[in-house]
Amino acid sequence: MGWVGDAVESIKSLQIRQVLLQAVSLGMIVTSALIIWKGLMCVTGSESPVVVVLSGSMEPGFKRGDILFLHMSKAPIRAGEIVVFNVDGREIPIVHRVIKVHERKDTGEVDVLTKGDNNFGDDRLLYAQGQLWLQRHHIMGRAVGFLPYVGWVTIIMTEKPIIKYLLIGALGLLVVTSKD
Amino acid sequence: MHSFGYRANAVLTFAVTILAVMCTIASLSDNLNVPSPTADVKVLNINWFQKQPHGNDEVSLTLNISANLQSMFTWNTKQVFVFLAAEYETQQNSLNQVSLWDGIIPSKEHAKFWIHTTNKYRFTDQGSNLRGKEFNLTLHWHVMPKTGKMFAGKIVMPGYSLPEEYR
Repeated sequence: MGWVGDAVESIKSLQIRQVLLQAVSLGMIVTSALIIWKGLMCVTGSESPVVVVLSGSMEPGFKRGDILFLHMSKAPIRAGEIVVFNVDGREIPIVHRVIKVHERKDTGEVDVLTKGDNNFGDDRLLYAQGQLWLQRHHIMGRAVGFLPYVGWVTIIMTEKPIIKYLLIGALGLLVVTSKD
Repeated sequence: MHSFGYRANAVLTFAVTILAVMCTIASLSDNLNVPSPTADVKVLNINWFQKQPHGNDEVSLTLNISANLQSMFTWNTKQVFVFLAAEYETQQNSLNQVSLWDGIIPSKEHAKFWIHTTNKYRFTDQGSNLRGKEFNLTLHWHVMPKTGKMFAGKIVMPGYSLPEEYR
């Protein structure tokens, strides 16, 4: 129980200068995380540079909890690429593979059909009612890199919020009570 | 300075750093592998060829696909996704890519294969342009790593054509 006493002691002995210093360093941590995220957005050209796989529709390639790095370049979309797309009326973006592409000659617009590797049929059932093809504006990015398991952290935190609050609380306490 | 917390933190940071470095090296080592795959596709039969009620041409093919993709597998390869696409140009579209067949190759032992199949996905045009159409069959592959960057490539096989009449 000695360390609890120490912690209480250190909170008691805080001086205004130390509190300010800790507030600034906490702010630094938050802002540098934000800078990294926004910087990634600029570099990759995608509004969410990293996504977590939430469903098993791309197994065995991507499992639930894996992380994908996205890139959105001007390059045209081609069959076989794994794209992340938003369907009107659905909140959660979907990660599936392109199986058909029709690119218009005059305007350069594309009609794209996708399918999950582990699904039996194509994605027309997932699209909005009556929608046959995805267009360019539905697509948020294409997957270029892969990191297994790391996404479980966010899945656990969104599904069990209490763990998130415990973690934030513990970290906050650590920052406040640390002496340098 | 030498409390339990500091040491635990240092060990954890070191472990995560080493893991990240190892993942990066594993992904970079894929660049050293230069694959030399081979593929051969024969269209054995045109089962039927017709215009759908709403005006799009559709054709059903019987294909014989043989390929050797063993050189793609490295120690960082989880699987290879391989698919065969028909690619052609029409008046309206500068590029049409229609996937006809695909498969997942889980290991090097399965990477030399031979398959006799009808097209798994519908070969449908946007419109009615398939009569007498010349097309390429392209074998594409996407290498999924255990960690890191994904790779893709293709073999284009030109010189296939569809009949002049519906049947």
